[in-house]
Amino acid sequence: MGIINGLLTTIKYALQSPVTIQYPEEERVVRERYKGKHVLRRYDNGLERCIGCSLCAAACPADAIWVEAAENTDDERYSPGERYAKTYEINMLRCIFCGYCEDACPTEAIVLEHEYQLSFTDRRDAIYTKDMLIVPVPEGGLPTPQKVEPGTFDRAIPDMEDPK
Amino acid sequence: MGVSGKLGNLGVVTLRLEDAVNWGRTRAMWPMLFGLACCAIEMMSSQAPAYDASRFGMELMRASPRQSDLMIVAGRVTRKMAPVLRQLYDQMPDPKWVIAMGDCASCGGVFNNYAIVQGVDEVVPVDVYVAGCPPRPEQLIHGFLTLHEKVKEMRWNEWAQPQETTVIES
Repeated sequence: MGIINGLLTTIKYALQSPVTIQYPEEERVVRERYKGKHVLRRYDNGLERCIGCSLCAAACPADAIWVEAAENTDDERYSPGERYAKTYEINMLRCIFCGYCEDACPTEAIVLEHEYQLSFTDRRDAIYTKDMLIVPVPEGGLPTPQKVEPGTFDRAIPDMEDPK
Repeated sequence: MGVSGKLGNLGVVTLRLEDAVNWGRTRAMWPMLFGLACCAIEMMSSQAPAYDASRFGMELMRASPRQSDLMIVAGRVTRKMAPVLRQLYDQMPDPKWVIAMGDCASCGGVFNNYAIVQGVDEVVPVDVYVAGCPPRPEQLIHGFLTLHEKVKEMRWNEWAQPQETTVIES
């Protein structure tokens, strides 16, 4: 009887369709809360959300983030408020994708998205600079730096209809 | 290309020896069973039916370094483990490749302390670094594919020579 049970199990599994995901051609959809490669977001008018406060770098348990801030002026404005991130680098080989930077960010500038295909043949390629992280300018927005009227963007979180 | 033009439509494929050998190497690259920490769980998962690394000719995880071509350093390497890692690497026959899987093997990750080697490229030459903590099985397979691309570009005069060690000044 035992041998028949075993054979039945074999036949049952032989008739099922294979479970393999053909990875490079077909990708499994990740969960909504999955944390992958970071992006730096912008406001709808094209200004960068990052204000260069380095709180993400302070919160990072792996020391993967390096931020260098510089002063904004009304002639060359990158972000609302006083400062912007002149240099923003994340070492993807150091980052453990914990999302603490996301939690620490006061302007919700840095978000961990769903991209995960990260492998490198050189360690230096793993350092992602600001150009590689920042999202493209949204439709209707202007690229940074922008020339704005003095007094429009004095606060780091601007008075917008919906700052999110 | 020149020969195929003369042969016409005879059903003969001509290609360079380099391409043929490199193609063969990418299609049967047996990894060594070298799981050190939590990345090993994802490495096992990439062998399991859902991801099935045998689609890339990697179904056999050899326990012996003498029978393996690829070392997947999966996990953090302690200073005590480093000589063992090097010895196992030296015992592997040429040609051999190394994948540093995950943050700890690539650069120490969160473990920036005296006990952990800050990146296995201090000990062995690494070909591909896979980011993630731990990487998903897809990420490891992406690492395999990156390595395949690298192997396909190898020239014949690089076959026999030991590969260069990458040294990064810290």
